[in-house]
Parts: sequence; C-alpha cells; structure tokens
Amino acid sequence: MPDRTSRFIWPILGLPGIVWIALFFLVPLYVVFCVTFGTVDPIFRSPVPAWNPLEWQFEQVVVVWDRLVGPNNFYLPPVLRTLLYVVVAVVACMIIAFPVAYFTARYAGRHRALILALLVAPFWISYMMRMLAWINLLQPDGLVNSIITLGGIIPLEVNWLSGNPFTVVMGLIYGYVPYMLLPLFAALDRISPSLIEAGRDLGASGFELFRRVILPMSVPGIVAGTLLIALPMMGDYFTSDMLSKSPNTSMIGNLINLSIATPGQSGQAGALLILVLLVLLAPMIWYTRSNAKAEVRS
Amino acid sequence: MTVSPAPAEALLSEAQEPGRDRAPRGMSGARAHGLAAITAVYLLWSLVPVAVVVLFSFNAGRSRSTWQGFSLRWYTWDPDGSVINDESIRNALTHTVLLAVIATAITVPLGVLFALALDRWRGRLPAGANFLALITFVIPEIALAIGLLFMVTYLATPFGLGTTAQIIGLVTFQLAYPIVICRARLLTISAHYEEAARDLGATALGAVRRVILPMLFPAILVSAILVFADVLDNFVLVRYLSSDASTETTSMRIYQVARAAPTPALNAMATIILVVSTLVIVVGWLLYRRWSKRQGESTDLSSFAGNL
Repeated sequence: MPDRTSRFIWPILGLPGIVWIALFFLVPLYVVFCVTFGTVDPIFRSPVPAWNPLEWQFEQVVVVWDRLVGPNNFYLPPVLRTLLYVVVAVVACMIIAFPVAYFTARYAGRHRALILALLVAPFWISYMMRMLAWINLLQPDGLVNSIITLGGIIPLEVNWLSGNPFTVVMGLIYGYVPYMLLPLFAALDRISPSLIEAGRDLGASGFELFRRVILPMSVPGIVAGTLLIALPMMGDYFTSDMLSKSPNTSMIGNLINLSIATPGQSGQAGALLILVLLVLLAPMIWYTRSNAKAEVRS
Repeated sequence: MTVSPAPAEALLSEAQEPGRDRAPRGMSGARAHGLAAITAVYLLWSLVPVAVVVLFSFNAGRSRSTWQGFSLRWYTWDPDGSVINDESIRNALTHTVLLAVIATAITVPLGVLFALALDRWRGRLPAGANFLALITFVIPEIALAIGLLFMVTYLATPFGLGTTAQIIGLVTFQLAYPIVICRARLLTISAHYEEAARDLGATALGAVRRVILPMLFPAILVSAILVFADVLDNFVLVRYLSSDASTETTSMRIYQVARAAPTPALNAMATIILVVSTLVIVVGWLLYRRWSKRQGESTDLSSFAGNL
C-alpha cells in the first residue's frame, strides 16, 4: 500500500549522496576546465578562471600541444615513456598474476583462506610503506646490492635509485599487481572444476584446455584487472618520485605534479589532466557500464 | 587507490567455510607443484620487503640496511628522532588516524543511504548520480585531487585547504565502496521482507531501519573496513589538499623524507600504521563472525515468519 511517505522516502535518502557527488565531484571537474580555459594574470602569474564557457580560451591547450608535438616537444618523452611503462607493467602483472591466481583458485586446497589473506595483505599495507621497503633494499649499500655483489666481493654495485627505468617499472609492478590478482582470481574461481574435467574427458590436452576453456573464461578478470591497474598508473607520479626522482624516468603524472607545484602553471596542469582524462574517458565509461551490467545479471 | 570490493567479501565468507576441497586429480600433480612454487615466490617477493621495513624499525643503530641489534629506541627513547619525541611523526600519525575515522564516519552512512535509495528509486537523476559515483572509482585520483585543489583555491568555498578539504576529498573518492557493496547485498535481499514488515504495520522508514539495515550489516561492516584502511593509505588527495605541516599524514611524511637518509623512526611510523589497519581488520572480522553466528538463529526465525 503505497502512501505519501513511501513515495518520497527514497529520494530523500538518496539526496545527500547526490548533492555530495554534484558539489564535490562535478563542480571540481568543472573548475579544472575553467582554470585551464581561463587566462593568466600578467603580473601575478596567477590563473584567472573563466567561469562562463562562452569566454573559454585555449591558450594553455596550445601551449601544452606545442610542447607535445611542436619543435620543442619536451612533454613528449614523458608521455611516450608513460605508455611504455604502463604497457610493460600491465603485461608483467598479467604474467605474474595468472599462475598465482590460478593456483589459489584451483589447487590451494585447505591453505586457500590463508593464501587469499596473504594475497590481499598488500591492500592493508600503505603504498608508501611498500615503496619505502624498496628504497631501503635498493640503497647503494642495501640488501640487494650486497647480495648481487656477494657482500662487496664482485664490483657490480648497481645504482638503482636514480633514473633507473627498470626500478620504476618494477615498482609499478610491485605496487599494482595485487589489483590485477584479485579480479583474475574471482574470474578463475568461477570456472567450475567439472567444466575442466569435461574438457579433459573430451580429449583436450593441458594446453588446449588452457587455450580453449580457461583463458576465454578468464577474459573478464583480465580486462577488469588491466583497467584497474592501467587507469591509476596513468596518473601515478609518486612511484617514479620515490624510486627514481629523476627526469629520465618522469611520467605524465610527474609532468602534472610539477606544473601544479610551479606558480603560473596551473593551467598547464589542467590541460595535461584534461588530455589524460580524454584518453581515459572511453575505458572508464566502458568499465563502469560493464560493472553495472554485471551487477544486474548477478 | 581503489579496488573492486567483491574479493574482500569473498575473503570474509571464505573464512567462514574453509577447506572447500578442490584438489585436482590425476596428472596435474607436477603442474600443481610448479604453480605452488610460483605462488610461494610471489608471496615472498610481495611480503618480505615489508617485513624488512618492520624489522629495521627495531634496529638499535641508525642504519636501515645493517642490523645492529634489537631496540625500541626508534619508538620510544631516542631523544630527537623517535616516534614519541619527533613531533612531525607524532602529528602525522594522529592526523592520519583522525582523517580515517572522520572520513569513514561520513562516507559509510552517506553511501548506505544512497545505495538504499538507488535500490528503489528509478529515474535519470539517481542513475546519473550512480554512474558518477562509479566513475570516481576508476578516475585517476590526481584528477579529483587537482579538481578539489582548484575549487578550494579559486572558488570562494567556505573552507580552505586543510583537514576539511582533505575529508571532503576522501569521502568523495571512497563513496563508491559502500554504494557498490551495499547495492550488491541489497540485490540478494528480497523485497518480501520489507513488504512483510509493512503489512505488519511498519512505516516505510521503520521497515528500512528495523528490517533492511540489520540485514545490510555485513555489507556496511565490510565497506567501513575498506574505507578506513584505504584512507590510512591515501596519498595523492591528502597531499594536494593539505595546508601545512599540521595536516601532514604518514604517507606524505614517507614521501617527504624517504629519500633523504631518514632514521628507522620512519620505519617505526609505517609499522604503527600497519598495526592500526591490521587491528581494524581483525576487529571487523570478529564482529562479522559474531554477526553470522547470531544470524544462524535469526535466519531460521525470519524464514519461519516468511512461511506464515
């Protein structure tokens, strides 16, 4: 029996959330556009936001575009480097996560809960603490160097922590692989053992089973994991800052972060950010939609 | 940083029914051993570096790579560098926990109410808001952080940079957790419960409060734990929205000094935050277990009522 209260109760419950998201998510994004497409005060070098979209100017976009593809394109290397680092890190995460997730889903037996808990553990360990861990290990006189030089006997001391791209990519893999593992585990865990047995009964070899049953059924997990790690990596500046702190390994995130820290460059930071968001818009929407659909189906 | 929440719930329920036997048969023994070895190596690589951080927080010397004996020096007595004596470390610890408590206390109720509303309220407005909330889940954090930074700086907001701005940013970024988790749980709660309560004379609000909310308890608990742990870990938002040294968090502190030859007191600070988040998870898990034990009886009762 619908009455007056029940008709209004749901909108009333939902209103605070809607207002919050509008005020603190939509408005800030709009402000980014207004600052980026505004002007810069010629004396104080401070941005003058243009609140009216009709007054938007695109000076900052032109500046950023010039630095990307113009003759003095010093933004381009970090952008290409970001793409390279992200692709390498995502592929490495897949290669690492797949056997681990597969083992946990199918073979872990009575250790399953324990292994799952250990796989989830990095989520409760602060990202910065995990980076600190590698800074400690990779110091010139740290554990890693003393292992590979056998305690100083072999003159092989590697400079890990300034401008070493290998360290930064390793840091990205180390930082993000848990986020690949869990969706992959969830997908592999859904594959019924009887399905695999059926495949085997029908004469499939181990490789064929993998290629024709397990891999196709784990695609949703691989896609979810890839998006979950690739999207945040695109804005990551702290991994490179912590493990390298060198312009030789700077990523798009570092460009944005540096522009934010430099007076008068807020507009450039905004333009770079909008560029990143434009590239990521399609995957973000796609991921959100597919999640919503999965929710309805379940 | 966010992650799909489903596995966390899977883990909680896993703990309830351990040892589902999935041992394979036949020729896959060698393969299982190979995979086990890979998993073991992965877990070592993933956790040993962190264990080394914890270990060296107890180092008697200043080094973070040479063990000089066990000591609580960096926690307690070192005159200028220990957690207790270094004001910036102390302040970072209290501020981090403060942010986590307040942000959780706002995010969870806000998200739960929103999830309840979405479950019944159809239309463009709620659907659009839900879509935006899910986007905050995957948008690079730096976008939200810069947006809020610009908003606070260039728009005449009634609050400036600092604790309030940090909390607002954190709540916005975390709001998707309770929404997604509670919605998933609500889908499994049949509308019959609410209808039965209404038939028995409960008001709409009364039905939500006395029937639906108690059934949502595990989802609320899980999202509170996730939000709390994730806020402790936050770096990008809290850094851009901080005002001065008084609003510095532990992750900012690590970022600030990790490369400048810090003492093991930094390790000690990181260890303390790790202990705090571990405690929250353990307490959460105990609460969850108590709830499901009690639920064992009340499930029977409600199914009994449903048969009436």
